[in-house]
Amino acid sequence: MIRVVLPAHLRTLARVEGEVELRVAAPATRSSVLDALEAGYPVLRGTIRDHVTHQRRAFLRFFACGQDLSHDPPDDPLPEAVTRGEEPFLIIGAIAGG
Amino acid sequence: MSSVRVLVGTRKGAFVLTSDGKREQWDVSGPHFAGWEIYHVKGSPVDPQRLYASQSSGWFGQMIQRSNDGGQTWEPVGNEFVYDGDTGTHQWYDGTQHPWEFKRIWHLEPSLTDPDTVYAGAEDAAMFRTVDGGLTWQELSGLRRHGSGPRWQPGAGGMGLHTIIQDPTNPQRIFIAISAAGVFRTDDGGETWRPMNRGLKSQYIPDPNAEVGHCVHRIAMHPARPNVLFMQMHWDVNRSDDAGESWYEVSGNLPTDFGFPIDVHAHEPDTVYVVPIKSDSEHFPPEGKLRVYRSRTGGNEWEALTNGLPQSDCYVNVLRDAMAVDSLDQCGVYFGTTGGQVYASADAGDTWAPIVRDLPAVLSVEVQTLP
Repeated sequence: MIRVVLPAHLRTLARVEGEVELRVAAPATRSSVLDALEAGYPVLRGTIRDHVTHQRRAFLRFFACGQDLSHDPPDDPLPEAVTRGEEPFLIIGAIAGG
Repeated sequence: MSSVRVLVGTRKGAFVLTSDGKREQWDVSGPHFAGWEIYHVKGSPVDPQRLYASQSSGWFGQMIQRSNDGGQTWEPVGNEFVYDGDTGTHQWYDGTQHPWEFKRIWHLEPSLTDPDTVYAGAEDAAMFRTVDGGLTWQELSGLRRHGSGPRWQPGAGGMGLHTIIQDPTNPQRIFIAISAAGVFRTDDGGETWRPMNRGLKSQYIPDPNAEVGHCVHRIAMHPARPNVLFMQMHWDVNRSDDAGESWYEVSGNLPTDFGFPIDVHAHEPDTVYVVPIKSDSEHFPPEGKLRVYRSRTGGNEWEALTNGLPQSDCYVNVLRDAMAVDSLDQCGVYFGTTGGQVYASADAGDTWAPIVRDLPAVLSVEVQTLP
């Protein structure tokens, strides 16, 4: 299982508390994790990446294992610690704005 | 006894204010969607329990929320607003062409006849419609494809479609307004559109007969007289007596003819309200005095309404969607400020009192008159 940590506002929208656990076929990538997340929680479509282009929303970032993965190609494999469920995949809202 | 429900959108959530017909004691519910910008909340005229809210965030984008119980509970519905076909370009600040980019929904206008049909005004300017209660949205792209699109340009607040008015006597006719493009009208249910800006005079537009490019802030109509429209423009208050075909200025004795909202009394089609604001760039009431101005003559002759409003050291703004009227026998008038106050008058503007004083900056105010 892959563990995903959502920002608080998206947890509210998705009506979940704590981490979300997703079953994703190997090799898990950012795209396949987000596909699984949106399939399980359709309300999140469009809130993390564009509906059509799948481009990351500008003020969101992706982190895992202490690394910023935001600019990595979306189909790159995620770190093994994430795929083994040892580390969460973090979706983080930028600390910006009012 | 009748009651009223005031729907308030703010920078950090939505609030629902309810009162009986006396409009003296208020119940405040909220914040709903705390932390999100709520540009607009509006109820269906045919099913007042059905509400729609535009919820957006710089982080997470656009959501649309729907309530079937008058705002007690909400459910997110569709948020996929995709421009139809080739998005095309509009004029950018530097004069170059810039592609249309969806940013948010400024205004939601439920149909006069069907609670599942809603029109949505977008930034960058476009009109969308749902016929399934908000689950899916389709662009009425005839508006954006009007030949003048490349000459539309954003105002300082963005290129938003902020006003949508349906003609209650003609379901095929809709008026919309865009900053800064102007007024457009469809007579075929949204398939094709015509600019309706003849007679408007905009400083800095070299062509006095410019078809588009006018910074219209808001238009208003009395439902009993749909050919008469009132407009608050960036400068000038204007009036049309021929459904937008031509406009003339009715600013008269206003202390400044700049402002954002404009609305019409529920029972007196010639009684009009504006909130004069100092500009350019200050965007607060002249002399620090918050005054609503009322004309009982359809414009030109205006009286200041000050009883109960702060008359010193007041430097708030009142945004374009932040004024509304109820339809009780004694017409109520409501407006919200960027300082977080929502003021109400239960006597058509003669006296005012705040319903709430300390909300986040108010973006929109709508009122429902309930049986």
